[in-house]
This record gives sequence, C-alpha cells and structure tokens, in this order.
Amino acid sequence: MDGNRRDFLKLAGLTAVGAAGVSSIKATDAQASTADSHAEPSAEGVRLAMVIDLRKFSKDDALIGRCVEACHREHNVPDWADDPKNEVKWIWSEDFETAFHSQEFHFIREDLKGKPTLLLCNHCDNPPCTRVCPTQATWKRDADGIVMMDWHRCIGCRYCVVACPYGSRSFNWKDPRPAIDNITIDYPTRMRGVVEKCTFCEERLARGLQPACVEVCENDEIVFGDVNDPNSRVRQVLTERMAIRRKAGLGTQPEVYYIIDDPRTLQETAPAAVVEVSEGGDHA
Amino acid sequence: MLEKALTGNRTYWTWIFFLLAIIGAGAACWFWQFTTGLTITGLSRDVVWGLYIAQFTFLVGVAASAVMVVLPYYLHNYKAFGKMTILGEFLAIAAVIMCMLFIFVDMGRPDRIFNVFLHPTPHSMMFWDTVALGGYLCLNILISRVSLSCERRGEAPPKWIKPIIILSIPWAVSIHTVTAFLYSGLAARPFWMTAILAPRFLASAFAAGPALLILLALIVRKLTKFDPGKEAIQKLAEIVTYAMLLNVFFVAMELFTALYSDIPEHVLHFQFLFMGLEGNHFLAPWMWLSVVLAVVALVILVNPVTRRAETTLVVGCMAVFGSLWIDKGLGMVIAGFIPSPLGKVTHYSPTAPELTISLAIYAIGILIVTGLYKIALEVRGQMKTQ
Amino acid sequence: MYDAGKIIVGIVVFVVLATSPLWFNAITPENPEAPELKLPTNGSTECVEATEYMREEHMDLLNLWRDEVVRTGQRDYVSSSNGKVFDMSLSRTCMDCHSNKAEFCDACHTYLAVSPYCWDCHVEPKGAN
Repeated sequence: MDGNRRDFLKLAGLTAVGAAGVSSIKATDAQASTADSHAEPSAEGVRLAMVIDLRKFSKDDALIGRCVEACHREHNVPDWADDPKNEVKWIWSEDFETAFHSQEFHFIREDLKGKPTLLLCNHCDNPPCTRVCPTQATWKRDADGIVMMDWHRCIGCRYCVVACPYGSRSFNWKDPRPAIDNITIDYPTRMRGVVEKCTFCEERLARGLQPACVEVCENDEIVFGDVNDPNSRVRQVLTERMAIRRKAGLGTQPEVYYIIDDPRTLQETAPAAVVEVSEGGDHA
Repeated sequence: MLEKALTGNRTYWTWIFFLLAIIGAGAACWFWQFTTGLTITGLSRDVVWGLYIAQFTFLVGVAASAVMVVLPYYLHNYKAFGKMTILGEFLAIAAVIMCMLFIFVDMGRPDRIFNVFLHPTPHSMMFWDTVALGGYLCLNILISRVSLSCERRGEAPPKWIKPIIILSIPWAVSIHTVTAFLYSGLAARPFWMTAILAPRFLASAFAAGPALLILLALIVRKLTKFDPGKEAIQKLAEIVTYAMLLNVFFVAMELFTALYSDIPEHVLHFQFLFMGLEGNHFLAPWMWLSVVLAVVALVILVNPVTRRAETTLVVGCMAVFGSLWIDKGLGMVIAGFIPSPLGKVTHYSPTAPELTISLAIYAIGILIVTGLYKIALEVRGQMKTQ
Repeated sequence: MYDAGKIIVGIVVFVVLATSPLWFNAITPENPEAPELKLPTNGSTECVEATEYMREEHMDLLNLWRDEVVRTGQRDYVSSSNGKVFDMSLSRTCMDCHSNKAEFCDACHTYLAVSPYCWDCHVEPKGAN
C-alpha cells in the first residue's frame, strides 16, 4: 500500500466526522421549531386562564377531592400514596398559607385560615420552565397560551422542575403503570423518566369540552376561559372581584387566579349578565 | 501513542483492575437504574437533583482549572509550567468526561440524549452547557495530542495549535460560567439566583483544580522519574492560596447578603445547611467540616513556611479539595431544593446504588488519568525502569 | 501488499456476509411461516391510507400524527387515498378497527423482532376485532 497508513486513517476518520456533522446540521435546519417557548405576555390572541373562587370552597369541601380525582383519573396520573417518594400530581390542595407562603401570613382572616386551596400548573404567560428546557419538550403554545408537554421528546433532565417556582411539575421516577387503577384507555399514560404536569386538558378543549376539574364544579367554583376576551366570564370575574396569583412578583405572569374576597360577598347581586361566548371550544 | 497505556508492570495492572472492578459494580447498578428508573436513588418530587448533578457541578470546575497552568505558560511564557501543562490538559479531559457521565446517569431518558442535538434550543443554558463542554473536550484532546506527539518526535508544535491553545483559555472560563448560569438565572430558586454564583464557581474551581493537580504531580513524582520542579509546584500553591482566599471571601459575601437582609427565602437555605430545618440537618455536619477544612487549608497555605514544606502543602491541598468538594459537591446543589418552592423540607440522602454509580464514574475518571499520564510519561521516557 | 492472498479472500468473505440481507431473500423460497394478520372484523374495509402504503409507511405516518397532534395541536388528517378526514389518534382511530393488537400489530412486530415503544404510554384496547 502506497502512502502512509496512519494518514489515510486520519483522513477517513475526519471525513466520517465531517459527513456526520453536515448531515446533523441539515437535520436540525429541516426541523422547523413549532414551539415559541418565550412568548411575551400577550394582549393578542387567546390566553386561557382559570379563576378559582376561594369563597365557594369550604374548609372540608369534598369538591376539592372530586376535582383532583377527575383530573387524575382522566389522565392516568399514578397514585403513589404508599410510596410518596415517587409522588406524581397534576392538581392538588395545600393550606392557603402554604399556597401563598411568600406572603408570610401571621394574622389572617378566619375563613382563609387553613383553607384548602387547589394548586396546579399556572400556565404562566412568561414561563421560566419553558425557557430552560433544552429540547423544547415543553413550550408555550402561541394559539392559546397553554404550557404544553411533549412526552415523546422529554429527556427527563428535570430542569423544568427545578425552574418552576410553584412546584407544579412531577417526574416519573419509575414506570407509572402499576400505580394506576382503572386506566382510561382514551388517554396515554406516561413512561418512566419523563416530567409531567397539567396541560389545561388541551385534548378535551380540542373536543369542545371543559377541563375535567372545571366540569365537576356546578357553581362556578372554577371559571375557565379566554382572559383576553373582554366578554368572557373569566375576564368579568377578574374585573369584579379581588383575585391574587402565586408569587406574582417573579414576573412569571401566572394565569391561575384566586378570588380571596370575603365569602359574605357571595350574597351580593350576581355580576351583570354576560354575553355567553363559547369559552371552552375552538382551541385546537 | 495509546498503546503505551496498555503495557505496564504488576502494580500498574493491579491498579487498573481495581478500578475496573469498581466500574463494573457501578455499571451493574446503572443497568438496574436504567431499567427501573431513578427511583433507586434518594431523589424525590422536591429534591430532583442530588449527588449526580452536584458531582457534575464540582467536576466542571476541576476541568476548567487546566487553564491555571495553560494561561501562564502559553500566554505569559512562564517556563516553569512547561512540564505540567500536559498533566493539566489530561486532567481536564478526564474531568469533562466524568461531567458528561454524571449528566448521562442523571437523565430520565438517556436513550433520548440526541434530542439535545436534534432540537437545539439557544434560550436554554443546558444546551449551551452541552456545546461548551463538548467543545472543551475536543479542544483539550486536540491540544494534548498535538503537543505530546510533537514532543515525542522532538519537534516544535505546529503554528496553528497556538491560537487553539489560546482559545482554550476563555473557553475554560466559559464552561464554568455557563454551568453557573444553569443555576443563577432561576427565579424559582433564590438560593442560587445571585450574581456572585459564577465568580464563586470560578474561584473554587481555580482552588480545587490546581490543588488536585499538585497532589497528582507529587504522586506521579513518587511513582516515576517525573519531576515537575519545585518552582512549578510552589507557583501552583500560590494560585491555590489566592483562589481559596477569594472563594472564602465570596462565600462570606453571600452570607452577609442573606443574613443581613434577613429575607426568609434567602436565610432559610443557609439555615438548613448549617443548622438544619424542622429537624432535618443531614448536611450540617458536612458544612461545618467544610468550614473547618477551609480554615485549616488557609492557615497552611497563607503561611509561606507551611506552604513551602511539601508535607504540610499536601495536607493543605487535601483540605482545599475536601472543603470545596463538600461546598459544591454536596451543599450548594442540594440546599437549593430545601426548602422547596412551597416552603417544605424534604430529606435527601443518596442510596447505595447511587453512591456506587457515582464512585464508578470517579473510577472511570481516575482510569483515564492513569492511562493518559502513563502515555505522557512513557513518551518522555520517565517511567521507572523495573 | 503483504499477505495479499489472505487479505483479498478476507475482504470477499466480509462483503458477502455484510450484504447477505440484500441477496439472501432473492435466492431463498418465500418463508411459509410469514405472519398472518387478523384483519378487523368490525365491518370496516377502508384504512386511513392504502394497504401497501400502510405496510411500508405506517411508522412515518404515526410520527407525523404525533408531531401534528402534540406539537401543532392539529387533530384532523385528510387521507390522500380516499379523501376522508380522520382523527389523528393511535388509540382512537387505528385501534378502533385494529383493536386486537396481539393478532395484528404484534404478529409482524414479533416476527421481525421489532418492539416499538408506543405501548409504554398509549393504552392498547382489550378488543377482539
């Protein structure tokens, strides 16, 4: 063989690396990112939001349990009650003081003291979790503002869990299937090694349904809709009542609001008749 | 040149097989983790990053520290470091590989690792960390290979390697800066969201890394005919001293801001670290040990008499490395999660499989250092003849 | 070349072995044990696309559906062979007809030692279609 064998091998190796590099650049170019994961808080387009009316929940309200149950059953969320290290939850309740613990309540109105408060992903308008995801497995949808999950792409690095200021995200430390009784066939489970959270029931919204937790409410305990629509119920409620958001000072623009008015305001006249615009459908 | 790592005496091969045994145990544990899930670690919903990521964070610092020999030698012609640069570059290679392994074993779906390259995400610091570490590994492999093979042929290195070596200097700084950026831009974690995190990381890197390099150079000198020279060791010791002083100063700055402002979300993490919270004080003994080691280290290193005497210098370097390993490899990462964003305190301690996997990755790094140093010494004809 | 005889013989043997998937099927009779698929018994005769296309491209189609549904939020698929609109869902559309996974999907997959991980998450129906 003429020439230097070592030089030949070097050339062959470099060619292979070069070819791999070029083809991978082509692959990434072709992959148009469908995700806009750092959307500015938007006054345009649909922005889905949820208002949880704390006046309408009593301290031992079974409705809380039914909301959690409806969501977790519909979405095959595993129940690791007997193995809490692996806990996965999309929606749950904490004491009011814990839910808003950065307020450092020392004295608090009696009805709010220890009141169970529903917590879930806030689908922030300026989400820190989507900003850190290295693969865009989580991103904020332009069309409706939902912070979405792609369980096919998630590499399980848990950076989004770290970045979420609200503790809304859970990781599958092991295969969830054994911990799911009564699988809902219509909705996938997740696999071990991916992060999951509430997705505002985007699959139900696509079928014109309300989110599962909203549906079990019979008295507008949870109101859901497009907060950018001036005629929507959510918007009306927010302009009439006093609502707060968790850790709002961080600039995340959470879209889950909590009405903290005194329950006695429930006896006031109902808000003026609202044009019933469809809030739940047409979001696919 | 790689074949030079495959020949050796009885001691050499005993050492290699000892490392391989540890690696084998770790591999077995990792296969269990891969099939069962990260549930076999001590991690939980609130403490999602633990020993693996903490080790990664610490080792990025060790990797960056090669710059502390490269910069004086190549940028300022400090000839005394001439024999040390290859050791620093080889240590950097081993450290970066360990970093990548720690990330890999921490992933929930390591089979999807290529997604990071298929879907590049410039707004994610983790993407840039991957780019930075990968680039740094390539740089160091290229630089060390070129300089060593030229040394072997008795030639001067080619001109084009010089700008690449100069590039590795800011690149080294950037790998640890971007790793700090993983933490310091998170509104959710006030314990980490501090501008001084990147400077603190760099200062501790430039103390711990050169301290390790001194220890490695002295070990090699004991086992072979290699001698880095008294001046090189002393200069490195001075670098370690100043870097450690700077690091301790930065930690003091952190403590002041947190404790004087008395803001709970800042205070509570330090309180957890040093005193415990709600009965959970599993890190407190470690943190106080870190403090003691830091004091011991500075007492030895600041005093020129004890810094120049090699027996005390060795103790000082071990104290620096130990103190900073605890600070970065245990304290800093885990305390970011306790208390949680909802104020809850969760216990975390690594499980036996988690420790075995971590130990195995360290064994891989040590194996790489052993092999690469053996190659360098064979090339220089400085192995002891038996 | 040193040892030219041995090297050339070695190269030829290697090429023959390495290309065996290409020529082996051409020279052997068709395997009588090829899997038999149980077709849907719910009366449906039309799949989302033509059978030949599905045989070769069903994985690409599923990947397209996955990206469209999850990443774009689109759920309507217009078939290129019959113009009908289908809901892009493995569980609700595909498995609606092919609900016997064991005798349809698995028959070929097991034979070819292919294990798609769809079923780690997507729930297979217990149907008997």
